[in-house]
Amino acid sequence: MNSMKHKKLNTEYSTVGSRVFDAVNIAVLVGLALITILPLLYVLAGSFAGEAEISSRPFFLWPETFVTESYRYIFATDAFVRALLTTVVVTAVGTVVQVLLTFTMAYPLAKRYLPGRALVLNLIIFTLVFTGGMIPTYLVVRDLGLLDSYWALILPLAINPFYLIIVKSFFQELPQALEEAARIDGCNEMGVFFKIVLPLSKPIIATFSLFYAVGIWNDYMSPLLYISDPDKWTLQILVRQLISTDAANALSQMDRTWVPPEQGLKFAVVVIATLPILFFYPFLQKHFTKGVLIGSVKE
Amino acid sequence: MATDLAPPPVKAAGKSGHRRPGVGLSAVFGRYRWLYLMLLPGVAYFAIFKYLPMYGVTIAFQDFLPFLGYSGSPWVGFKHFEELFSGPDFGRLMFNTLFLALLHIVFVFPAPIIIALLLNELRINVLKRTVQSLVYIPHFLSWTIVAALTYVLFAADFGVLSGWIRDFLGDTAKIDYMAQEEWFRPLIILQQLWKQTGWGTIIYLAALAGVDPQLYEAARMDGAGRFKQLWHVTLPAIRPTIVVMAILASGNLLDSGFEQIWLMTTSLNRSVADVFDTYVYYSGITQGAISYSTAVGLFKGVAGVILIFGSNWLAKRLGQRGLF
Repeated sequence: MNSMKHKKLNTEYSTVGSRVFDAVNIAVLVGLALITILPLLYVLAGSFAGEAEISSRPFFLWPETFVTESYRYIFATDAFVRALLTTVVVTAVGTVVQVLLTFTMAYPLAKRYLPGRALVLNLIIFTLVFTGGMIPTYLVVRDLGLLDSYWALILPLAINPFYLIIVKSFFQELPQALEEAARIDGCNEMGVFFKIVLPLSKPIIATFSLFYAVGIWNDYMSPLLYISDPDKWTLQILVRQLISTDAANALSQMDRTWVPPEQGLKFAVVVIATLPILFFYPFLQKHFTKGVLIGSVKE
Repeated sequence: MATDLAPPPVKAAGKSGHRRPGVGLSAVFGRYRWLYLMLLPGVAYFAIFKYLPMYGVTIAFQDFLPFLGYSGSPWVGFKHFEELFSGPDFGRLMFNTLFLALLHIVFVFPAPIIIALLLNELRINVLKRTVQSLVYIPHFLSWTIVAALTYVLFAADFGVLSGWIRDFLGDTAKIDYMAQEEWFRPLIILQQLWKQTGWGTIIYLAALAGVDPQLYEAARMDGAGRFKQLWHVTLPAIRPTIVVMAILASGNLLDSGFEQIWLMTTSLNRSVADVFDTYVYYSGITQGAISYSTAVGLFKGVAGVILIFGSNWLAKRLGQRGLF
C-alpha cells in the first residue's frame, strides 16, 4: 500500500509543470523568509557600525569596522537606562499579576457545575464584541488615580479574555481524578488549585507568561495614554521619541562634549528593545501553535 | 473528554433531594465559597476596566464636566453625534478609514491564505519549518519597532530601500517617504503584510492539516493533478476558516489599529493618515473634547457590532456556517 502510494506521488509530482511550480514555490517562500529577517539583521549589524559606514554603505550584514560607540553612548544616558529598567520591572511585575489573575479566574470558570458560570462567561465574551473605548477607559484609570503610575501599564490589561478562555478550556481537559482525591483528603478548592492544578499547568503557565510579557514589553498605547512624566517613560516611548525627533535630544545626555552617533543610536536602541523578544522566541514558538489552536477550536 | 465528577450539585437538606427555594442561594454560596472567592478578583477586573467604561459611554450624550461627574453633567442628547456627522472632519475620517480597510481586504487579508497554501505544497520539511519559524517572528515585535525599521529602510538620507529606489529610478532627489502623503498608505499596507502575514498562516495551516487524506486519494483516482486537487479539495476544506476570519475582519472594518497609524502619522501626512482611532485620541486626550471624542468612539464601536453581526448573518444566508 505504502509503496503504491509512493509511486503515484512520484508520477504526480514529476511532471514539468509540477516541478516548475515547486521551484517557484521554494523561491517565493525563501524570499519571504529573507524579507522578514534581513531588516532585523541589518539593524543589528548597523548598531555595531560607525556613522560613516551607515551613511555610505547601502546595506550590509557585517560592519567593516566593528565599533560599540552606539551602545556605550546609550548606556551612559540616564534616559535610556531608566526606560530600560522601568520596562523590565513593569514587565516582570505585570506578567506575574496577569498570570495570577487569569489562572485564578479560569479555574472556577472551568467548573461546569458552578452556578452563575454561564452568566460570567457570557459577560466576558461580550467584552470581545463591544468595549467602552479609549476615552471612557482613560477616565476610569484617571478616577482611580492611576495616571503617571506604573500600575496604569498593568491593571487595565490585567486579563486578556482570549487567554482566559483558552486557559479555562485547558482546565476543563485536566483529569479530574487527582482533584477529586485531594478534595477527599480535605483540601478546599483553593488548596486543590494551588497544590494540584497549578503544578500540572506548568507548560501553559510558561506559555501565557511569555505572551503576557511580550504584550507589556511591546505596549505603546498605555504609556502614551497614561504616562506623561518623562522620567517614567518606557522603552517603546523612547524608541518612538528617537525616531520622530533627533536622537541626541531625546536622550539629552548631559555631557555635551560627547558627540552622539546620531543614526547608530537608533539602531542600538531598536536592537535592545527587540533582543529580549528574539531571545525568548524559541521558547514561545514551542507552545504558541498549540495555544492558538486550542483557542480557535473551543467555543 | 474530561467530565466534572465533583462536587455534586447543591442539595439542600430534604429527603426529596430537590433544592428548596429560599434555602438555595445561601447554600450555593456556602458550598462553592472558595470557587466564588477565586472568581472575585477577575470579576472585579472586568467590572472596573471593561463594564465601568461601558457605563462611561453615557458621557457621549452629555456635556461632560469632570467636577460634575457622570450623573451631574448636563444631558445633551445626540448633539455630539450631529456635530461629528455634519462636521468638516467626518468625510475625511470615513474616507481614510474605509480606504485603508479596502486596501487591507485586497492585499493583507488574502496574503496568509496564499502563503499557507504555498507552505502546504512545500514538501521539504526542514525548509518548511525554517520558513515558518522566521515568518512568525514579526508578530511578536511592537509597532514601535516596525515603525523604527520602516524609518531605517526608508529614511531620506541613509535608508536602504530609499537608496535603491533612487538608484533604480536614476533619481537624485532624496525623498522622505515617511513624510509623503502618497506614500502613507503603501507603507501602512507593507507594514501590515510584513508583520501579520506569517502569523496569519497558522490558522489556515491548522485547517489544512485537518483535511482528510482520503479526499486527495479519491481525487487522484479521478485523475486530478496537483492544481485540480488544490482547487477541488484544499480550497473547499479551508473555506469555513476563511469565512470565520472574514466575519471577524469585518467587525474591525473601522478599526485601523491605533498604534500603527499613530506611529506613522506626522504633521505632513495628516490629511490621509487621520482615521477614527487616532482622531479619538487626538480630540479627546490632546484637545480635551471628552464627550465629543467618546461619541466618536461609541459610533465606531456600535458600527463594529453591527458589522460583525451583519456579516455573520450574511454568511449564514450564503450557506456558510458563520461564527455564532
